[in-house]
Amino acid sequence: MTGALRVLEHHLTVYRRTWKGSVFMSFVSPVLFLTAMGLGLGSLISRGPVRTVDGVSYVAFLAPGLLAATAMQSAYVETTYPIMARMQWLRTYDGMLATPIRVLDVLAGEFGWLAVRLALSSCAFFLVMVLFGTVHSGLGLLAIVVAVLTGLAFGAPIFATQRTDTSFALIGRLLITPLFLLGGVFFPIHQLPQLVQGIAWTTPLAHGVALARGLAVGAASPTAGIHLAVLLAYAAIGIVAAGITLQRRLVP
Amino acid sequence: MATPATDANALIHARGLTKRFANLTAVDAIDFDVGRGEAFGFLGPNGAGKTSTMRMIGCVSSPSAGTLRVLGMDPDQNGPRIRARLGVVPQSDTLDVELHVDENLLTYARYFGIRRDVAKRRAEQLLDFVQLRDRARDEVEFLSGGMKRRLTIARALVNEPELLLLDEPTTGLDPQARHLVWDRLYRLKQQGVTIVLTTHYMDEAEQLCDRLVVMDKAKIVAFGSPRSLIDQYSTREVLELRFPIDSTPALDKLDGLADRIEVLPDRVLLYTDDGEAGAVAVHSRGLQPESSLVRRSTLEDVFLRLTGRSLIE
Repeated sequence: MTGALRVLEHHLTVYRRTWKGSVFMSFVSPVLFLTAMGLGLGSLISRGPVRTVDGVSYVAFLAPGLLAATAMQSAYVETTYPIMARMQWLRTYDGMLATPIRVLDVLAGEFGWLAVRLALSSCAFFLVMVLFGTVHSGLGLLAIVVAVLTGLAFGAPIFATQRTDTSFALIGRLLITPLFLLGGVFFPIHQLPQLVQGIAWTTPLAHGVALARGLAVGAASPTAGIHLAVLLAYAAIGIVAAGITLQRRLVP
Repeated sequence: MATPATDANALIHARGLTKRFANLTAVDAIDFDVGRGEAFGFLGPNGAGKTSTMRMIGCVSSPSAGTLRVLGMDPDQNGPRIRARLGVVPQSDTLDVELHVDENLLTYARYFGIRRDVAKRRAEQLLDFVQLRDRARDEVEFLSGGMKRRLTIARALVNEPELLLLDEPTTGLDPQARHLVWDRLYRLKQQGVTIVLTTHYMDEAEQLCDRLVVMDKAKIVAFGSPRSLIDQYSTREVLELRFPIDSTPALDKLDGLADRIEVLPDRVLLYTDDGEAGAVAVHSRGLQPESSLVRRSTLEDVFLRLTGRSLIE
């Protein structure tokens, strides 16, 4: 596995040059969202007839879901154009494979790096959540792990579909954006028509959101095991499929 | 003709080496051996199978059939172990445009597991060697094509390889940049590095290669030293005649003036051991070429003879 570590090291070297902007953005986005949606929209809800959503303030309801959804979006960004660039445009992988590095090392290094990136941005997000007072339980810290898993559950299958860059925009418009809006982040899924609920539960996001929310607000869900299993299954199968894609593309 | 290296000390040994893709045979049962310290070339037009062969030697593409041994090992079994001792300059640069010039060498060294302090020292030496020392802290993006190529060569040397594979090392470079690359490769050869390169430039093959094979349509059509190939398949000199458009004379008017005559779209080539005498004879037959040029035979002529086509279309 030392090969994978060296791939990871390469990414760290590149990241050393861009980390400032990336860390800054990791804080800006949750602050904006939690202020506008959580506090702004939330204040309307708190004055309305129900006052709370699923038993907590709107901002506390929103924050963990947004944490998972942000990880999904980051994973989508990281596993589309940058991977295509390394695979095809810049041929970074070809350069690596001319050394003792193997395809398996590239795969492990890429997903290791994706996990590191997701963990970093999720930690930043979690800090903002703490500042907004939306973490009600010590177990909430585990929501970071859930966010990373949610990211991998999307990133791995997307990585596996790498063929042409024309599909990337399609994935964004037909999968990522609809899920972001309808996947249980901004309002409870059970308010949606049965059919849409069904669709939402087949994707990793709804599971990641439910799991993260349960941990953050301290309300353990009886279905936590199922949520976790779905996330792990998507990530694991996706990584295997991504490995097959890489093998086919890089060493025909 | 140079004697082929024997199997025992061959760094590369290929028999019946074949690469098939879905509906195309890129390399069709070729045989060759490359000995230690040799500079060995694959000469051929685009699509001849040179790159596919190089990728198999570089252990990034599995042979479809035949035997291949690199450094005495089977690439299918020992890919990473072989690659640890190879230097590879691919056809198109795979440099990290996000990193500085020196960082490119350092991260690449790490792929080989070379310690950071050793890598740093080697990077400095290599930047000197390829004359990029003063660009060490520059972005790769802003290097010229020739500089990028030299950096790629430096990167391929970071593990002190026994065998250096170069796929079209100077394609797309201007003459000055090409000569600088040739000079560096020549020095490496002098240091005892075994070099295998592909090219579609005859002059490159003649400058650098001790031995070469000529590839065409996935097969080897000739092999030997550049000199022996020229001796075998061409004449000492070539008389090139250019006639005004639409007034190329009938071939029979040139009959008997040369060992062999090739009519190309833009000129007529007369293969003869004495070009000057040929030129005089042409004029004495009342032919008025717009220009005539006597030159030495090159591998281009060999290729033309072997395939009936010019090397670069």
